[in-house]
Order: sequence, then structure tokens, then C-alpha cells
Amino acid sequence: MSDEINLQKTVLHAAHVALGARMVPFGGYDMPVQYREGVLAEHRWTRESAGAFDVSHMGPSFLSLISRTGDADKDHAAVAAVIEPLICGDIAGLKPGQIRYTLLLNDEGGMVDDLMIARPFEPQHQGGLYIVVNAGTKDGDFAMIAAAAAGRARLERADDRALVAVQGPQAAQAFAVMVPDAAGLTFMTHRRLDWQGHELVVARSGYTGEDGFEVLVPAAAAARFWDQLLADERVKPVGLGARDSLRLEAGLPLYGHDADETVSPVEAALTFAISKRRRLAGDFPGASRILAELEDGPDHVRVGLRVLEGAPAREGADIADEAGEVIGRVTSGGPSPSLGYPIAMGFVPPELSGLGSRLKVIVRGKAAAAEVVPLPFVAHRYVRKV
Amino acid sequence: MRFTKDHEWIAQSGDVATVGITNYAAEQLGDVVFVELPEVGRTLKPGDSLAVVESVKAASDVYSPISGEVVEINEQLSGNPEGVNQSPEDLAWFAKVRLSNPSELDGLMDRAAYEDYLAGL
Repeated sequence: MSDEINLQKTVLHAAHVALGARMVPFGGYDMPVQYREGVLAEHRWTRESAGAFDVSHMGPSFLSLISRTGDADKDHAAVAAVIEPLICGDIAGLKPGQIRYTLLLNDEGGMVDDLMIARPFEPQHQGGLYIVVNAGTKDGDFAMIAAAAAGRARLERADDRALVAVQGPQAAQAFAVMVPDAAGLTFMTHRRLDWQGHELVVARSGYTGEDGFEVLVPAAAAARFWDQLLADERVKPVGLGARDSLRLEAGLPLYGHDADETVSPVEAALTFAISKRRRLAGDFPGASRILAELEDGPDHVRVGLRVLEGAPAREGADIADEAGEVIGRVTSGGPSPSLGYPIAMGFVPPELSGLGSRLKVIVRGKAAAAEVVPLPFVAHRYVRKV
Repeated sequence: MRFTKDHEWIAQSGDVATVGITNYAAEQLGDVVFVELPEVGRTLKPGDSLAVVESVKAASDVYSPISGEVVEINEQLSGNPEGVNQSPEDLAWFAKVRLSNPSELDGLMDRAAYEDYLAGL
């Protein structure tokens, strides 16, 4: 009980308790791991219909130029120049409304965090960026960004608001009842949109592999927003338990597990997040290591594994070659509710990382056959055209 | 039936005890998707891992409350792990153990004492 004293609560905490959620400590917050129907039912409902997730423990924020020229492109270039030295993504090249998944890096080329950075759509907000970082790393990330921006741009935290994700094949139709203009967004774009007189930041993005939205909601409107979302029979609340099994099936890394400060983007199989312009310029932290790994290959690389027999292999399980020699470790894993067999992600040497490569996972001292399979395990269903 | 503070039940019949987990334990675990049982013939002492029960979220050890030799395991659970949620105190027993020290059961709770224990959690 003593560790509950220091736990923070999201603005939707009371709503979760009222829904019968089982609350657990996560990232310093008291969060719903599941509601009454349980992890399996919530997982399946998200794949079949739509799930609503409270992800207010994450780190939404706004970076804004202190002095703007009023010229949209110049102001965007100026604010992009503030953040780009910390990351490997091309922010200057974002179109209005576009979101980019990118990586905060240290000088050794390790990942400090993975994050979303978005260029505002609205002309009056050019010179600003909407940035969402992970819960467990947000204080450090915000300090790093604020220090880099000192004198040029201000970072305003927005983690006192609610961040609500609605995900699943019915998410768009259900959410369009509340916010009709959201239906016009495509994957990885966002807008500020009105809901009952409140300004929302609506992004067509998520962490489940499904279509859907992540919506920043003012604190004062959060409880009514959540209730109205759940009033639609297509939408049910989904806890962090299913959020994790959904993102695992989608092959998406979980920071602190599948990536950390020692892991490079090349090792983490996130080379798509190193934008071409930045790669050619070599102007990001840890570029010498990362460019060398792009050229010569990394020492080990993240892969997807299907466990072919026995128990699920979870984080920490050793991975061995067919001769039984330990060559890597599972960083995320568990049963896949959608596929009906255990899946895992882990790091192995490149020569054993090819599709179909036969390996073993060691669970409680027993070796079980496993095979390298493509990521994602379950196909993404993003909406790229509307 | 006898009960442990770790939410196992033990039903004795002659020198053989059947062991499983309680309704409360099954509810706490959530949806069970995999059960690993001991090998028949294994000798257990109190505190040894008797089984591992896995939900989507986690793997949980079930520890033996008693000493003895595993004489039978519930093969049904390998193809039907969700049975642990449906019938934890009846059909979804884990193992039958030939007791080497039946007096170990004397220290365990009866149903009434276990209900009182649950009420205090």
C-alpha cells in the first residue's frame, strides 16, 4: 500500500474506478490494467470493434517559438531547427498537419526515447510543434528539449490534460459521431478540432496496429468526453494489459523493454525513423555509430519470433541457436490473443535474423523451438487515404 | 477441502491429495491461456513449484503446499487452459499427489477460515 501514496492519477482516474477497473502502478501513475471483461475480451474487442484507452500518463507537450515572423514556412523551419539536433527525423520537411515517429538519441547513438512530433495544420500555429513522449521518460525528455530550446522556444507540458486513444475497425465511425471532421484525417496527420466548444488535438495514430485516433482533451472536459465515447455501443474501455498485447502483435517496440539508451535505431529495426535528409547530412547525435551500422550491419538486431511449442516466452527469456548456445534475449513476449500462439520480440545476431531462421527460446530451463517471422505479427490496418 | 494463504485448495482422499487453485486465485489471474504441470513421478516438498499458470499479462507460479509424489496430472488443462477460469475448484484440478506427510494438511485452513481470510484481504 505504501507505494500507492506517491502515485499520480490521470484526470480519468475516478471514471476507471467507477467502471470496475483493476488499478495498478504504471509509469508513476495508478492506471487501469483491465476492466471487468478482462484482457482477452478487451484485446479482441479492439480488433473487432473499438477500444477506448486512457493514455494520459504519457507526455504530450507543445514547443513554440518565442518570436515568430508570421511567415508560416520560415517559422516552421525555425522551430524544426530547435528540435532536430536531438533527433534523427526530418521535421523541417513535415507538411502542415503531418506527424512523424522519431527518436531522441544520445551522443553514443542510443535511444533516449521514441516519440511523435507533429507540425500544426493551422496557419496561426506555425512555429509550434506538438510532441508526445513516453510516460516513463517524460521528465528527462522534457528537460532535454527545454534545455536545447532555451532562449528560442518554450516547451509547455500538456500532461495535465487527458490523452485518450480510440482504436479499432469501428473507431473512425464511432468517433465521427462526436467529431465529424476527424474522418477527414489520414494516418499520421492531426488537426485541432472542436468538440462542444473545447479544442481537441486529434491525431490519426495509435499503438495497436488498428485505425484510430489519439486525442488530447482539456482536463475540464475529459470525463464528459470519455463518457460520451463509451456511450457508443461500438466502444468499450480497454486497459493497459490489452494495450501491451495489441502493440506486441503490431510489432511495435515498447521503450524501456525493446529499446533503451544502449540500443541504436539500427539494432531496434527502426531505420525507417532515420530520415533520408538527416542520414545524408549525418547531423544527428551518435551519427558515426548509426551510419556505420547502416553500412556494415549492427552486432544484433530486433526480430519477431513465433514460439512453436510450449509456454510463452516473455521478457528476459534467453534465445539460443539450434545448437543450444545462448545468442540473444527476449525483450517482449507473450501469448497472442489474435493468433492463438505465443509471439515474442528479441535481439539476435544478424546472421540468425533472417525470416525462417530456426532458434530456441529458453523458458524456465526448457528449450522450445522458435522461428523468426515478419513484423508485424498481425497486419496493420492504418487508413492512409480517405 | 483445505486451503492455503496462497489460494490453493487440497482435497484429501486416502493417501492421495488433489490440488488446485481457488476461485479467488483464478479471478485474480484473469484469463488463463497456458498451464504448465509437473511431471508424473516428481517428488514435491512444500514450496516447490507445482505448476505455472499464464495469463496474457504474466506467468504465475503455483507452489506445492504439501510433500509427496505426483501420481496424476490433469491432462485436460493443456488443451483447455480456460478451464481454470471456468471451474477452478472442481474440474480444473492440477495434480494428484501421494502424501508423504499427511499431517501437513492439519495446519491448513478449512472453508470457513479461508472465507474469513479472504474477507480480510
